[in-house]
Amino acid sequence: MNTPEELKYTNSDEWLLLDGKTATLGVTDYAQDQLSDVVFVEIAVAPGEVVKKHAHVATIESVKAAADVNIPISGKVIEINESLSNTPELVNSDPFTKAWMVKFEIADPSELSSLMDAKAYLDYCSTRSH
Amino acid sequence: MFIPHTPSETEEMLKTIGVKSIADLFADVPQKYRFPKLNLPTGITEMEVVGELNEYASSNETVNDLLCFLGAGAYHHYIPAAVDSLLRRGEFYTAYTPYQPEISQGTLQAIFEFQTLIANLTGMDVSNASHYDGATATAEAGVMAYHNFRGKRPKIVLSSAVHPHYREVLCSYLCGYENITIETHGEKFDLPGNPDSLVETIDSETALVVVQYPDFFGRIFDLTTLAQKTHEQGALLAVVANPIALGLLKTPGEMGADIVVGEGQPLGIPLSFGGPYLGFFATKKEFVRKISGRLIGETVDATGRRGYVLTLTAREQHIRRDKATSNICTNQGLLALAATIYLSLVGKSGLKQVASLCYHKAHFAANLLNAIPGFSVETKTPFFHEFILKCPRPVQEINELLLDQGILGGYDLGKDCPELTNHMLVAVTEMNSKEEIEYFAKVLQEAANV
Amino acid sequence: MSEPTIYELSSAGRTGVRFPEADVPLSALPSAFLRPDLPMPELSEVDVVRHFTHLSSMNYCIDGGLYPLGSCTMKYNPKVNEETARMPGFALTHPLQPEETVQGNLALMYDLQEHLKEIAGFAAVTLEPAAGAQGEFVGVMIILAYHRSRNDTKRTKILIPDSAHGTNPATSAMSGYEVVPVPSDARGNVDVVKLREVCDDAVAGLMLTNPNTLGLFDENVLEVIKIVHEAGGLVYGDGANLNALLGIVRPGDLGFDIMHFNLHKTFSTPHGGGGPGSGPVGVAPHLVDFLPTPLVAIIENSTDEMPPLYGFVKPPKTIGRVKSFFGQFGMLVRAYTYIRMHGPEGLRKVSEYAVLNANYLLSKLEKTYTLPYKRTCMHEFVVEGCWVDVPDVHALDIAKRLMDYKFHPPTNYFPLIVHEALMIEPTETESKQSLDAFADALLAIAKEAHTEPQLLKDAPHNTPVGRLDEIKAAKELVLCCWQPDTDQ
Repeated sequence: MNTPEELKYTNSDEWLLLDGKTATLGVTDYAQDQLSDVVFVEIAVAPGEVVKKHAHVATIESVKAAADVNIPISGKVIEINESLSNTPELVNSDPFTKAWMVKFEIADPSELSSLMDAKAYLDYCSTRSH
Repeated sequence: MFIPHTPSETEEMLKTIGVKSIADLFADVPQKYRFPKLNLPTGITEMEVVGELNEYASSNETVNDLLCFLGAGAYHHYIPAAVDSLLRRGEFYTAYTPYQPEISQGTLQAIFEFQTLIANLTGMDVSNASHYDGATATAEAGVMAYHNFRGKRPKIVLSSAVHPHYREVLCSYLCGYENITIETHGEKFDLPGNPDSLVETIDSETALVVVQYPDFFGRIFDLTTLAQKTHEQGALLAVVANPIALGLLKTPGEMGADIVVGEGQPLGIPLSFGGPYLGFFATKKEFVRKISGRLIGETVDATGRRGYVLTLTAREQHIRRDKATSNICTNQGLLALAATIYLSLVGKSGLKQVASLCYHKAHFAANLLNAIPGFSVETKTPFFHEFILKCPRPVQEINELLLDQGILGGYDLGKDCPELTNHMLVAVTEMNSKEEIEYFAKVLQEAANV
Repeated sequence: MSEPTIYELSSAGRTGVRFPEADVPLSALPSAFLRPDLPMPELSEVDVVRHFTHLSSMNYCIDGGLYPLGSCTMKYNPKVNEETARMPGFALTHPLQPEETVQGNLALMYDLQEHLKEIAGFAAVTLEPAAGAQGEFVGVMIILAYHRSRNDTKRTKILIPDSAHGTNPATSAMSGYEVVPVPSDARGNVDVVKLREVCDDAVAGLMLTNPNTLGLFDENVLEVIKIVHEAGGLVYGDGANLNALLGIVRPGDLGFDIMHFNLHKTFSTPHGGGGPGSGPVGVAPHLVDFLPTPLVAIIENSTDEMPPLYGFVKPPKTIGRVKSFFGQFGMLVRAYTYIRMHGPEGLRKVSEYAVLNANYLLSKLEKTYTLPYKRTCMHEFVVEGCWVDVPDVHALDIAKRLMDYKFHPPTNYFPLIVHEALMIEPTETESKQSLDAFADALLAIAKEAHTEPQLLKDAPHNTPVGRLDEIKAAKELVLCCWQPDTDQ
């Protein structure tokens, strides 16, 4: 399982890439493996929208499962990844780069403290059975 | 009867399990309430039950005994013999929902064909595998529109010319949504007008506009302007359609509907006192993931053979649980099969013929009844199947007199709307012969003078 | 070879039915409203009959063999039911006929209401809901209406055990409730300690399936109900598993406030390849006024000369209407026929033998398949469809391989709380021989899993089609076989 060092993680299997005041959100390798073949991604927010911590921002569907993607910290949406609607399989093949979902402006940097680093996330994953 | 065990087999099975008696298997049930004595009549044989059920059945009067001019959402049409003959194949009716596609291709392909027929009949892109009836399909249109706008558009504009049961069910289904409002003004029952009069109530808060086509009173209106105005406000238009009428009439899809729902009972399903019937639900491709209920999709197996599977199941309750937008699972599979067989049998020419016969006979009846002193046909627009007949006295009294002469009169519109007291909704289908219609007119004339 | 679709079989100019020419003068058609084309297929009656007969041969069905789907109660559907429901006196009645012309229908509905009340111990029953899921919806709406009628507006939560069927949380959410899961304890019962922790004055109710989806009768059921009642909540019973309880115990006696019946499970009405179902709902005395409208009642009592007069009535605080007309009437006739033939002794025997059959099968399988909760089961049980020594073999593979042995697979991957679950419900209508053959097949497959696992991975081998590509289906979304604008 791939867990890039530079990212922050949530216990609901989202990752965040921090870049100054902005952040990019996606789901982890562990998440895509659990979902298996992704057939549909719907991003439920639009650029300009202000979203609160834990708000639902996207839905991912595979043949046998569905998962909600929630934003772990509050922010304002800058950009969404429109290409996922046509190529949902990117979530499986490239979860950490091409399958990014939402870029947003961080509203309150103090909320970042609730996130895990790569090592903590790896430990967390290993406690869960497949 | 249906439990095959012999006493010695039962003994052997108990021994394998390791208990002395069947009663021992129920030790977890609180003793105080275990094995209650049920106060029910003693069981009877098949021969006796047929006799007893015959007694219930024969104390009804049927549309075979009576001349039927009653419609209002359930219609007496001819059902070709092959429909029921095929439905009675145990391979169809004793199968479960096709969760295992390898051994359910029969059901899957038939429902896939049903989806195609409904989409083509309504002029839409996709159809689901059915809802319980026309009323719940209408309610599901409301639920879908609500979720489509993520609850941000809390208003549904509902025409008063939609079947009263459908309106009630829509309200029941949506009453759990705290902020939703359902506006039913616009057209008034006593002021039969154009659905375009709804336009003024449609605004940026509106999620859905619901009209019926032909409407509950049988009237046909062009919905193109309504669809356009609805879309200008960003809302969706749902049309409740009569499937037989669509054998003749322009499709709701062509007029701009986003969702077409309706009651499939006229497509080869017996009246059966109101059920089981068949709700159909069709929409545009862009909303396919918002549809509740089952969908069948085409695919291939490992060797490239064509086959069919339940698809987009991740939206459904068994996976989404509390995030699913509907709890539907069992639907009306066998009735969808009935409609598929019916439409395959009547086909392009037969469906048009049935629709034309209904149209001409209803107009013949309307002309005849309108000429009776004291009666007048109040439907001034084009109509299909049904028309409003104003009567010189209460409809209930007239219907009692008609019944004495072997006629099942039309629906009493005063029941739902006091302004329409003394108005009857008369339905005519291909089953009503010219002689029957003339007899109906004669008896009505007498009824006016009793 | 695959069967062509009705559009592929279509030949221009054919029809399967002729209708008489119009016997009335023709009226002008409204030219502005006519459709230019009617894209329906064109087939002869022979084409149609052969097509659907071919299709039928690709289905597995109860008439053909054991159908052990857990929580689905796929029992044999007596043929006489099909005869009674089609009696012209029933099938040819219009739902809006004057009540005096349908006294037979109303009497049957009244009697069925009375019988269901007696069987499950409730004060009143509505026959209106179209299926179990709609029965649940009615139940939760009644919970909502009950609390609202008492101005008790702080109740926003419905508690649902983690073993519950997915319709329970979906129904609660549809009705605007927040769903709070309740875990199961080590014996598969509702965890009473955890239940107490979440039971407060915000609880509107608990939805409980008993026996639960593990096939276990909740040993703490009386306590569970008491805890919820003490918190001011109502207890809803999911009647999906009622086939274990006929004449064994009445849910109403245990304290359930509301319960739905599945006539298409417990009372033998056929499942129809996905419906119609029928989901009547029973309620305790304090909820009778909230039932959906209409109910059938006796309007005038019988006299020496006259039978009673039946009619429809509207409960005073009704939650409204959930379906047009009065429910799936044809299914009510079938269920009534079944109940009438069985009587009290026959119904108890149904549940006794359903439970006997399940325990017998369990005994034959438990040495080979892991049983997560080692208890006497009721009408169904759950085993794990996997072995540690062959990690690549999954419940799905076992299910698919069973088809090669000419059996329908059990429900799989449900309940969610059991790893690789296989949920088996044989029903009372299977003979010992049929159960033995099914057990033998499962034991043989367990052996194959260890010796020839690929046989399972590639299964099924002998079905009309092999494993189908569900990913392709979901991505490409081909939902119609032919449409006028995309073809020709």
